Amino acid sequence: MKSLIQKLTEAYAPAGHEDVVRDLVRAEIRSLVDSVSVDALGNLIAVRKGQGRGGRRVALAAHMDEIGLIVSHIDSRGFARVTNVGGVRPLYAAGGRVRFTNGAIGVIGVEMRRERPDHIPALSDLFVDFGVSRAADVPVRVGDVGAFMGAYAELPGGRIAAKSLDDRIGVVVLIETLRRLKRSPHEIAFVFTVQEELGLRGAGPAAFAVEPEVVLAVDVTATGDTPNSVRMAVALGGGAAIKAKDTGMLVDPRLRDLLIQRAKEARLPYQIEVLEGGRTDAAEMQLARGGAIAGCVSIPCRNVHSPVEVVDLGDVEAAIGLLVATLSKPMDSLVIGD
Amino acid sequence: MAAPSPRRPAAIPNLELVKQLSEAVAVSGDEGAVRRLVVAAITPYVDSVTVDALGSVLAVRHGRGRGRRERVMIAAHMDEIGFMVTGIDGEGALRFETVGGVDDRQWIGKPVWVGPDRVPGVISAAPMHLLNAERRQTVVRLANLRIDIGASSEKQARSWIKIGQRGTFASTLTLLGRGRRPVSLRGKALDDRLGVATLIELLQGERFACDLCAAFTVQEEIGLRGAKVAAYAFDPKAAFALDCTPAADLPPAADEGENTRYNSRLGQGPAVYVADGHTVGDRRLLSYLEATAEANGIIVQRRQPGGGGTDAGAIHRSRAGIPSLSLSVPGRYLHGPNAIARVADWRASVDLIRAALARWPGLLALRAR
Repeated sequence: MKSLIQKLTEAYAPAGHEDVVRDLVRAEIRSLVDSVSVDALGNLIAVRKGQGRGGRRVALAAHMDEIGLIVSHIDSRGFARVTNVGGVRPLYAAGGRVRFTNGAIGVIGVEMRRERPDHIPALSDLFVDFGVSRAADVPVRVGDVGAFMGAYAELPGGRIAAKSLDDRIGVVVLIETLRRLKRSPHEIAFVFTVQEELGLRGAGPAAFAVEPEVVLAVDVTATGDTPNSVRMAVALGGGAAIKAKDTGMLVDPRLRDLLIQRAKEARLPYQIEVLEGGRTDAAEMQLARGGAIAGCVSIPCRNVHSPVEVVDLGDVEAAIGLLVATLSKPMDSLVIGD
Repeated sequence: MAAPSPRRPAAIPNLELVKQLSEAVAVSGDEGAVRRLVVAAITPYVDSVTVDALGSVLAVRHGRGRGRRERVMIAAHMDEIGFMVTGIDGEGALRFETVGGVDDRQWIGKPVWVGPDRVPGVISAAPMHLLNAERRQTVVRLANLRIDIGASSEKQARSWIKIGQRGTFASTLTLLGRGRRPVSLRGKALDDRLGVATLIELLQGERFACDLCAAFTVQEEIGLRGAKVAAYAFDPKAAFALDCTPAADLPPAADEGENTRYNSRLGQGPAVYVADGHTVGDRRLLSYLEATAEANGIIVQRRQPGGGGTDAGAIHRSRAGIPSLSLSVPGRYLHGPNAIARVADWRASVDLIRAALARWPGLLALRAR
């Protein structure tokens, strides 16, 4: 699984440019599902039929895209000005490297003004330096998109640091769930979405096509366990985070309770998540067409939207185990209507 | 991108209609004045035309030939920014709230038209004789502005105007330039009556290689609302939004350095969108439009990525997803009483979208460069 995490986090997929990750995922799952398709926006939808009776139509969603930058102007001295693709923090971006779709690499500099040497930069204070001196030599043009670079590293204590663990770790969880799930009564659509970082844009159309009764997003969540962090009862290493609420969604309590029950039965570590600043694809999928029963299994992650996002492999294993346990059994407590 | 070719002033088809479109008052939610002009102009040319539940005009003009043709949606919004009358004071002056995005500082001292009958008025402004130094430095807040329609009493004002009526800046469309062919247009609501005029021309012209599903949308300026349901109704294979985008391209003051945030520039052709605040433009459609422009000698510019949005923001998320792209005419001073746009930029946008649809190869034949 580590090699899959490394391969996927090193892949390039800023929002709207998910092709590389989509091809990697498709190759991993093709032999494990009954059908694979790509929709008009680029979502990858793989369906595995259920066995036996009493199954539900379930959608699992993880997003393929990551945050990035987009060129807005090339100045006369050969610096590229940029704006954000998704939730970019200038503090994390400054001093980093960015790789563009055509392979060009630049470093991110900051306007240094004598009158305010310690200020926290705004995005408009940043520029990309390609090591050239003239606009004509700049290897990108207005509208070209880039992704931050951040090498994969294994940390002591079974933890991984990399860029774009948000949400490649969710993609890995879906792939591993598909591999380990032996028998399920449910028809399961594994949905690998696009443009989540821009406002959950891919998920709604995917849910319109899939028409699920039950939706589970798998995404990262913040933690409250670092120095002077926000107050939040989620910790790295505390197990899979079963979401109760975030900014975009109230989780259906029946689904939340079912996940808790399955975690207990399988003796898997879990924690309850309330996220006060963030949403997942499940929020859009809950509201597509006539609505769905929606929830989310989260992977705790430090330094979200930085080149050094950190997750705990124990939490990842717990999330996979929880999904396999939940999908292997009936979901009779989840009833639409009465 | 190639250097801009010399700009030849172009003739303007439908000039009288363009003037009527610009001068009509059709603030978001009350687009009837423009809707009537649109329906009258297109009805003889289209295979079907309906007004949907929200007020958008949905028209279809079939393509050439008998085989199966893809449906391509083109959207242009009929509505414009403005205000709504929220109260009438004892002296007969009107209180109002802004509809859509308007800088509060734009209003003061400007002539306006109120209601469907375009009752003339002016936004109050204290004469400078009465302003001390401090007040001259202060921005007047919207809550302190009134519309003066010249009524002598509250009762008289109430007989002319009803609370809830909408209005906007009073500006006539003016052609700028000497000789027979104007260089620029100046007027209100060029955003998006130029797009509306373009879409009318497309429906009136030659048939295309695709079915043209034309949506003249409502309520774009207050959240892309009409386009959302129009796209659902049309269920097209791909969509283009025709709009106007700001040009903040005047040279900056000497001490400000290079202008890096102009959004778009006049005279550089229509602006294609890689990404804005609501949409990542479909890369296949972007490549196709840029290649079509190149093949036809039409200059285009890429709008600076960033915020803002067009009807494409709602369309591309409709149903199971609809590949969408925006194409805008750049205009200075948009969302104010007197925008300025280059005739050549607008005409190039018409040429470009027409060329793109005339040889529409089908979505799946398109490749991102």
